[in-house]
Amino acid sequence: QKNGVSNGSLYKKPFTEHFEQAPLYVAVLTFVGFGVGTIFGYLRDFMRAWGLEKCNIAAEREQQKDFVPLYQDFENFYTRNLYMRIRDNWNRPICSVPGPQFDLMERVTDDYNWTFRFTGRTIKNVINMGSYNYLGFAEKDANALKTVTKELQKYGTGICSTRQEMGTLDKHIELEKLVARFLGVEDAMVFGMGFATNSMNIPALVGKGCLILSDELNHTSLVLGARLSGATIKIFKHNNVQSLESLLKDAIIYGQPRSHRAWKKIIILVEGIYSMEGSIVRLPEIVSLKKKYKAYLYLDEAHSIGAVGATGRGVVEYFGMNPDDVDVLMGTFTKSFGAAGGYIAGKKDLVDFLRTHSHSAVYATSMCPPVAEQIIRAMKCLMGLDGTTQGLQRVHQLGKNTRYFRRRLHEMGFIIYGNDDSPVVPLLLYMPGKIGAFARRMLEKNIGVVVVGFPATPITESRARFCVSAAHTREIIMVLQVLNALDELGDFLQLKYSRYSKSSHPELYEDTRFELED
Amino acid sequence: LQEKEELIEEWQPEPLVPPVSKDHPALNYNIVSGPPTHKITVNGKECINFASFNFLGLLDNEKVKNAAQASLKKYGVGTCGPRGFYGTFDVHLELEERLAKFMRTEEAIIYSYGFATIASAIPAYSKRGDIVFVDEAACFAIQKGLQASRSNIKLFKHNDMADLERLLKEQETEDQKNPRKARVTRRFIVVEGLYMNTGDVCPLPELIKLKYKYKVRIFLEESLSFGVLGEHGRGITEHFGINIDDIDLISANMENSLASIGGFCCGRSFVIDHQRLSGQGYCFSASLPPLLAAAAIEALNIMEDNPVLFVCLFVFCLDIFQILQGKCKRIHRALQGISGLKLVGESFSPALHLQLEESCGSRENDVKLLKRVVDYCMNSGIALTQACYLEKEEKCLPPPSIRVVVTVEQTEQELDKAASLIREAAQSVLN
Repeated sequence: QKNGVSNGSLYKKPFTEHFEQAPLYVAVLTFVGFGVGTIFGYLRDFMRAWGLEKCNIAAEREQQKDFVPLYQDFENFYTRNLYMRIRDNWNRPICSVPGPQFDLMERVTDDYNWTFRFTGRTIKNVINMGSYNYLGFAEKDANALKTVTKELQKYGTGICSTRQEMGTLDKHIELEKLVARFLGVEDAMVFGMGFATNSMNIPALVGKGCLILSDELNHTSLVLGARLSGATIKIFKHNNVQSLESLLKDAIIYGQPRSHRAWKKIIILVEGIYSMEGSIVRLPEIVSLKKKYKAYLYLDEAHSIGAVGATGRGVVEYFGMNPDDVDVLMGTFTKSFGAAGGYIAGKKDLVDFLRTHSHSAVYATSMCPPVAEQIIRAMKCLMGLDGTTQGLQRVHQLGKNTRYFRRRLHEMGFIIYGNDDSPVVPLLLYMPGKIGAFARRMLEKNIGVVVVGFPATPITESRARFCVSAAHTREIIMVLQVLNALDELGDFLQLKYSRYSKSSHPELYEDTRFELED
Repeated sequence: LQEKEELIEEWQPEPLVPPVSKDHPALNYNIVSGPPTHKITVNGKECINFASFNFLGLLDNEKVKNAAQASLKKYGVGTCGPRGFYGTFDVHLELEERLAKFMRTEEAIIYSYGFATIASAIPAYSKRGDIVFVDEAACFAIQKGLQASRSNIKLFKHNDMADLERLLKEQETEDQKNPRKARVTRRFIVVEGLYMNTGDVCPLPELIKLKYKYKVRIFLEESLSFGVLGEHGRGITEHFGINIDDIDLISANMENSLASIGGFCCGRSFVIDHQRLSGQGYCFSASLPPLLAAAAIEALNIMEDNPVLFVCLFVFCLDIFQILQGKCKRIHRALQGISGLKLVGESFSPALHLQLEESCGSRENDVKLLKRVVDYCMNSGIALTQACYLEKEEKCLPPPSIRVVVTVEQTEQELDKAASLIREAAQSVLN
């Protein structure tokens, strides 16, 4: 068990992460599972090609049959034969607010997942363990949404122009000032989409002749932004400071490949919380590295803003550091604030440069006013500016829920990845057959979960990912219900692979008055 | 080891961002107070809006706002997840169905950001080694999509079919040298219906002929022409009377005519379904907030119901598309013959450009001169803007220009006033 408690001087509180390896037989059985799936896939393809089985796949037009095929047959092999079997566990449509409970539209398939049909019924009050609703701001309470309703009436929904032309509204200025104040930096700029914030601003900051050091498990938007920039990209092992340091040393000593000229800039791309692993970035060590080697740090706080830190200000606050240490603070409003869009914050020079040179400011529409108002009211609530302590309560509730949830799962014997304080909880399933079984049976118990497999995760490490929310324990029943279901299902599907954490006093944890040390 | 330490000590990086001068035009942008509708308050001054792409005037429509309000009460604001993980709402499915039905295609797919639509669609189909023929005047989103796809890009001169045919013939001779490779190399043509940068329309019938002759697929970007061209607003395919199945993929954003946020792609299921697993802006990004999707559905309803206005005593009905066309033609006529400025764009294009007839040496000076014209108009109550570009990033940088946008809400007096004001401004600034 890799337990990362590192040089205590930089960390003000213990930093514990777990990435337990499963026993060998599990890996073997996983490969066997995929092998069987692949053999049946070839068999099915053969039968379809020979007309022995009905072919449900959409086909090219008659008039275009002699064009170069649009898709390589092999590219789609995985989709056709493996993904298609368990396709009903994704893209589940909902018809209510994505709060702690939601309503799912019931869908059935008559032809093994090739097409779906809605029966017209809804499955009500399914417990939501999949939406990114960390602080519970996804709500439809009319009182909470008072200001949003007003702004929607005043502004409408569209902007029809870009930031630099006629699309900067007074609402955007208000929002940017509030974001800068919230994070404790000089200035901030907001964008209409979180994904696009990365893919359109990284190319504005770095170009040819610069070096990007990116974590192994960075999100697609960071990878796309890095590729579009034209800079050289080098990958370091996930959250591994030694790997990063050796890359930095080599970069400065040897310079650019072939010409050996010095690099113009070196920028390190990391995320606050990694959404597939649940790990938190080792920020203090990375900041000390960056200061030593004079590199720049770009921190993507998509999942961590609002979710960690004593007052919800992200990993910078979680580690007790100064926001000035991070050169570019980026984040999204989709997860903890229940809205949409992204921001980049930092020194005034940086933000002024982005206002003039960001692709988004010149070519893309700005954020919509009601959405901006939702962020403003959520942020004001978090900062306590609306006169209540509701914001802080939500942050504390989230912390309590996270720690309790993770501890119970460890005790039950599941393998959980990630940091003890991260609200993203990946539970390892490994075998392809269990992915479908787990998600379907949880739905039968009225709990909606998210399962992920290849290619979003390594082929042997399929997992179920839970997102703990502050809204989950208005009624404690919700968390306990989920835990009991997991316990049952874990035994039924034999998912309790962990060799370490069987609790010796199970009766103590049946106590529902869970007061945790804070 | 000592040397290495020294090297590390000595190395100095460039500053993270180069300093930006305080009077850079983009830092002193226009601030709009209140909604950017027909009567807009820019920098504290009330003007008539000739700068926002609100072609059908749906930004301020009560029915659209009510639909959005109803959705807000039911769903809240955000969706808190990507489409694959409980981010698919029934409004998204409804909007996709409605768009597919409206455009008369099999399927449609929605993105939550207009720019990301075409920029994610192109790399989903075209990969390294494939060939894309693209017009020189393609917009920036297409350029980014092409860059992300890593394919071979061949630019042809704007709207020049002879140039395109030459490139296609060259490619054909290449293919004959290496038929094995040619059999797996996909080819695409990417064009826009109405070009944002020049206001021209692409010659679609000739493109279709070239498609079948050289076996190339066509991707059509209809951000400006959706809701503008065609008898019912279905875009350029309706305008030219072409069978929509001849176009492999149509992509448009909902931020112009539909006055919402986001974009969509439509076409046959064979083509569109692929994006559900490989469109990066679709799979890895949160879905469109439901209130915006509801607003788009309502806007689509209005476009379909096609409100008619009775004109004068002649019981002469015109629907909004015909009204918009009429206004475009009017302003096109009125802006001809201004000394110092030339009008660029088709007579039925609602987004026109006014460029300087003679450049005064450097682009910077041209931009400053045009800014003075714009300021003159703003001070007299007409809100205009210059077309903004990223000068270092564009493949073929268009010349500096003033954007003139026509919407259905502008009255004839306002159109005439704008034209005469621009004429006056050109007189006083350029002479």
